[in-house]
Amino acid sequence: MSIEQPAARDAAAPVLEARNLRKYFPLRQVRVLGGQNVVHAVEDTSLALRPGRALALVGESGSGKSTIARLLARLYEPTSGVIAFRGEPVKPGKGRALRAYRHHVQMVFQDPFSSLNPVHSVRYHLARPLRLHKLVRSKQEETEHILALLNRVSLSPAEQFIHKYPHQLSGGQRQRVAIAHALAARPDVLLADEPVSMLDVSIRLDILNLMLRLKDEEQLALLFITHDIASARYFAEDTLVMYAGQTVEGGPSEEVIQRPKHPYTQLLLSAAPDPDSMLAENGQVKTLPARGEIPSLIKPPSGCRFHPRCPHAMLVCRQRFPERTTFADGHWTHCFLYGDGGAAATPAPTQSSDVSMNDNSVNP
Amino acid sequence: MQTSSRFAQTLQALWRLVTLNRKVTFGFAIVGFFLLMALFGPLIVRGDPTAFGDDILDPPSVAHWLGTNLSGQDVFTQLVVGARASIALGFIAGGITTIISVAVGLVSGYYGGLLDEIFQLATNVFLVLPTLPLAILLAVYLPFNGTLTLGIVIVVTGWSWGARVLRAQTLSVCTRDYVEAARARGEGSLRIIFFEIFPNEVALVAAELLGTIIYAILAETGLEYIGLGNLNGISWGTMLYFAQNGSALLQGAWWWFLPPGLCIALLGAGLAFLNYGIDEVANPKLRKEARPRTALRKVILRLGLRKAAVKEAA
Repeated sequence: MSIEQPAARDAAAPVLEARNLRKYFPLRQVRVLGGQNVVHAVEDTSLALRPGRALALVGESGSGKSTIARLLARLYEPTSGVIAFRGEPVKPGKGRALRAYRHHVQMVFQDPFSSLNPVHSVRYHLARPLRLHKLVRSKQEETEHILALLNRVSLSPAEQFIHKYPHQLSGGQRQRVAIAHALAARPDVLLADEPVSMLDVSIRLDILNLMLRLKDEEQLALLFITHDIASARYFAEDTLVMYAGQTVEGGPSEEVIQRPKHPYTQLLLSAAPDPDSMLAENGQVKTLPARGEIPSLIKPPSGCRFHPRCPHAMLVCRQRFPERTTFADGHWTHCFLYGDGGAAATPAPTQSSDVSMNDNSVNP
Repeated sequence: MQTSSRFAQTLQALWRLVTLNRKVTFGFAIVGFFLLMALFGPLIVRGDPTAFGDDILDPPSVAHWLGTNLSGQDVFTQLVVGARASIALGFIAGGITTIISVAVGLVSGYYGGLLDEIFQLATNVFLVLPTLPLAILLAVYLPFNGTLTLGIVIVVTGWSWGARVLRAQTLSVCTRDYVEAARARGEGSLRIIFFEIFPNEVALVAAELLGTIIYAILAETGLEYIGLGNLNGISWGTMLYFAQNGSALLQGAWWWFLPPGLCIALLGAGLAFLNYGIDEVANPKLRKEARPRTALRKVILRLGLRKAAVKEAA
């Protein structure tokens, strides 16, 4: 479960990649004048998922995190942009090609109380993906597979759980079944949409550890969506911060969380009850005053969507969205405070020693 | 071994469902009684229901339990034999109507878009069409006569209401994560509709089916009563038609029109009881607190015994 060195990140080619993904949802309303209103759910987002690594997608409710997961699972078609699986752009389509894609990319939903069909048993839930993707030949083989799956997500005795119905299981057990359901197709990519947010606090860590173990064992490429930036640090090698449909900052989790660049990330971190970052400098507790609300995505603020809430907002922030500014170690942000595109004006000092030190602090 | 135990489990579940709720028990007893009557009645009651007799308009007696009609036919025999036609048509037409409702409602709710708009339009048109005039019109102008016409009329005029209700429910079920999860694992649309969504609407469909059967039986009786049915066959509706034609009410021959009318009313009541009961079982909000078991239970027990006796006699 060790966090890999940054060099290793470049070594593995991405399994699933999204380039300039955009999603607008049309609103169903009749308008006499003017064009149709749309919800600007996701703007110009690029990300890459690599085998054996987790990418955390952090942001408030309504920031477009789940939309990205659903775009990647191809439950929604993107308005524009490309999704590439193993370097091959995926064509929009249905039928066999889509099923083949879903063989490789599976999703775990947020709410285990609604992601399992109440009328079907655990066995049915796990047998369907096996049959759909033709992974088993006989009934006996199917049973063996299901029992193995249940054991892998630590639901034992598996022989008992196989006959249960969702209402007979606790929240944590249901989420384990949901994870087993996603794993049954033997995917390369697992999209986890806030997999622990609906669970009791006491079992969240169990589920997180289970997913970490599975990620390492199966070399899964994992997208981990969360609004809890602390769990992003625990869980994922890389972090991507979203605000109102725009990605504002990204890079290795330690970098992003220890040295947040974007004012929104700083605000998010100051709101998280994380002792390390609260006492980051001079041993003093830093909290930023939060003001305003997440904006409407039907008529989003112009330019950088964070500008109405940003303590450092400048005139230019209203006019356009800044280009990507990169720092050392693959850390990047979209913010005029650090220039407008290209490399940062004042490159951060050598980071490698810091990173390894921080690694130690995360994994004692 | 496993299948037999599963069969036993199903029976047990059915028994639990029947005894869970008084309304269900009561409704089940009534409907069960009439079903048995339709199935086995004509085997028990010997005698030709169409045979003309010498006793004309006789009141109930030992020879004719429910008297005779104007042609000297035995009313009791007619009642028992007619049950089969009435109930068969009601249940079959009700069943087909429900199947159409389910198909239209689920497909329309799941797919949305243009298909939904078209189905919606058709549903709304059939909803606002006045049912009885349309039924009469169809029954008069359809080229073939009799039972088939009645069935077609009932199906055509009966499906829209259920389709609308099921579409609304499907729209709601579609937003649940398990539907999306099924799509994400790669299930096809039809599989999702009929294996993921439909089982969650079974209670609604059952209620739907019972409601439609009531409608079918009433519509059938109504059409037969005004002479649009198969007048050569015997059913409760045609009995009423001939009773009306023979001025049974004016002649005081209550035994002619009362038994078929009562049977229809009772069967409808039984189906309605079943319907409310299923509603309560499926929707716990409607459920009343269980009262201590009282005399009513004995009545139900007795009803059950009576049913068993009928079965034995058969």
